[in-house]
Amino acid sequence: MLFKTFAKEELKILFEIIAAHNRVVGPVEKARDRNNKPIYAFEDVHEFHDIQLNYTTTKLPAKRFFLPFKEDLSTFKIEDDKWQKSIDYNIDRPVVFWGLHACDINALNKLDKVLLHSVYPMPYYAAKRKNMFIIGIDCEPQPFCFCRSMGADTALHGFDLFITDLGEKYFVEILTDTAFNFLRELKTADALEEDHILYMKKVDEKKKQFTARIDTTDLTKILDMEFQSEVWHQWGDKCLSCGSCSNVCPTCYCYGVEETVNIDLKGARKTKMLYSCNVIDFAEVAGGHNFRPLRHNRLKYRYYHKHRGFVEAFEESLCVGCGRCGETCLAGITVSEVIASVKTGSKE
Amino acid sequence: MKHQLKFVDVTARPAVQQRRKQDLASFEHTFRSEIMSVQPLTEMETVYRIKLIDPAERRQFSFFPGQFVMLEIAGIGEAPFSISSSPSIRGEVELCIRKVGNLTNFLSKMGRGVHVGIRGPFGTGFPMEEMHGQNILLIAGGLGLVPLRSPIAYVQENRSHFREVNIVYGSKSAEQLLFTYQYDMWRKDDINLNIILEKAGPSWKGPVGLLTKSLSEILTGRQREFYHNTYAIVCGPPVMFKFVCKMLNEFHIPMQKMFVSLERRMHCGMGKCCRCNVGSTYTCLTGPVFDYWTVMNLKEAI
Ligand SMILES: Cc1cc2nc3c(=O)[nH]c(=O)nc-3n(C[C@H](O)[C@H](O)[C@H](O)COP(=O)(O)OP(=O)(O)OC[C@H]3O[C@@H](n4cnc5c(N)ncnc54)[C@H](O)[C@@H]3O)c2cc1C
Ligand code: SF4
Ligand code: SF4
Ligand code: FES
Repeated sequence: MLFKTFAKEELKILFEIIAAHNRVVGPVEKARDRNNKPIYAFEDVHEFHDIQLNYTTTKLPAKRFFLPFKEDLSTFKIEDDKWQKSIDYNIDRPVVFWGLHACDINALNKLDKVLLHSVYPMPYYAAKRKNMFIIGIDCEPQPFCFCRSMGADTALHGFDLFITDLGEKYFVEILTDTAFNFLRELKTADALEEDHILYMKKVDEKKKQFTARIDTTDLTKILDMEFQSEVWHQWGDKCLSCGSCSNVCPTCYCYGVEETVNIDLKGARKTKMLYSCNVIDFAEVAGGHNFRPLRHNRLKYRYYHKHRGFVEAFEESLCVGCGRCGETCLAGITVSEVIASVKTGSKE
Repeated sequence: MKHQLKFVDVTARPAVQQRRKQDLASFEHTFRSEIMSVQPLTEMETVYRIKLIDPAERRQFSFFPGQFVMLEIAGIGEAPFSISSSPSIRGEVELCIRKVGNLTNFLSKMGRGVHVGIRGPFGTGFPMEEMHGQNILLIAGGLGLVPLRSPIAYVQENRSHFREVNIVYGSKSAEQLLFTYQYDMWRKDDINLNIILEKAGPSWKGPVGLLTKSLSEILTGRQREFYHNTYAIVCGPPVMFKFVCKMLNEFHIPMQKMFVSLERRMHCGMGKCCRCNVGSTYTCLTGPVFDYWTVMNLKEAI
């Protein structure tokens, strides 16, 4: 990794160089909530001043740009009994992600493990993932963030460039030659010892700001032992099975497939839609048998997949601790409380 | 245009054809296939013989007993079905399909010559070669006979490699019995066919009751050596597994020699949609065929 610094004004120049020829997606202010606090979202940006570099978090992750909620896997031309299938991975140019936080970069790295680096890699994701240019940016822990517990508070790979605000200037980590070439156009300086010290001080301060945490020690084993625990029923009683938690989760990728015939009967499409394991028919099969018929069965499964199964398969959990699910849940179910309750055997 | 990022085209095919499981292009590739014959078995179930159209694809398409394919009808849907034919025939599968919903009802109205899409084969199969020299118990409840027809065909074609072979087949009623036209052929190949009905009409002369009744008759009073050298394959509705596996276990059939085929909802067959997960094991990749030891260690498996 290469480290450099540049003056703050330079960032706008970098944006103009990049945005002149490429599609850029970044955090913008979308609306205000009832306390007049901004609500942020990842959107296409054309002007540098639209990007909210000090955004807290977005309600929805950047997922829709690489795992759209609805996406055609293929389309058909139909004539009598015969059909012609065409496949499109639904991307035609690279996308620059401007200002992803470490958690969201780590979420991509986790998705890579199952969607890129396992058997049957998924081309729809691969095509988009291989066409990303990612600029990461440091963040301030919010009350619901427990990324540090999940080891996702810093990103070690999976981005091109990562910038950290050191007050007067930005400290930059450069991971790819594409990023390096962009930076040639700016006035940069090699990072000096004093910059390193400032950077480490910043990291230290960030560490102290975390309030939410979960204890992951032996978590896979504990979940295995506590499979029959009463607390799952208690959480199940609260859960509305709405699936919002999966919707806002940067690491949830489960889906369903549906086919529809076009209105002119001359074509058809096969559509993939993201789904949630908390929704009632997720595991229902022909004949009406449902393998997870009750709310607590499904809620529990979501935790087992994330904090046990994925760990067994990939040595890390399928959660980056961004806290979005807990913030969104109308029943107020948060990961940190659920995990803590499984350990103590009681919800309170 | 110096600062325009280069577009990476993942559709650009590598010069060397990669293995199907690694190749991006194979993900959504369906083998164009044709329905060659349609044979209704009962009011609900029909057998479809489906053949891949492209000769090169046909040569490459082979499967193990126990594996499944995804069958697609453009615009209607795609669903998993067990292959129900002999593994020695390449490029062609027989599927026995029950009418339960959208796709399966639509299919029941289709005739010969219609083009459908096939993806696969997917999942694990029964380790037939490992079973050489052993006794085999094939235990099916209802539609569970469908996936068993493939190992049965294998046994017929390699009959000398197996010792005693028993099929235990439980069905609700005589009208729902599947593949009745093959029973004589199976018996001719020295395969014992034990059929038991839950509800028998006046014309039925055979045993009546639950499948476990026939099974216990076959298993009771054997030499110890028989139990240790017997493989069991179990297919059927979820409730059946519990009782059958419990009984096999009581007779000390080794857990690694008991195989079950699990059914789950499946939307991809490739470990991506997560619909088939048991705990966090993908039934489509690690299964649908599991040995009983593995099943015991999966939460909520049966
Ligand atoms: C490994 C495997 C092997 C199978 N083998 C056979 C077979 O040999 N013969 C046979 O008749 N059936 C088999 N099935 C079941 C078959 O997949 C379903 O009957 C089929 O999906 C129903 O599709 P449909 O569009 O007609 O039903 P729908 O109209 O979609 O729904 C009807 C019912 O089927 C369930 N269902 C929908 N999609 C799926 C799905 N992808 N997987 C499972 N259940 C689903 C729904 O929950 C609903 O209860 C198998 C299933 C699996 C997982
Ligand atoms: S489970 Fe919740 S905290 Fe974890 S990554 Fe998903 S949304 Fe974030
Ligand atoms: S945990 Fe909350 S967000 Fe998730 S399904 Fe239940 S009620 Fe909805
Ligand atoms: S069927 Fe999609 S993951 Fe198994």
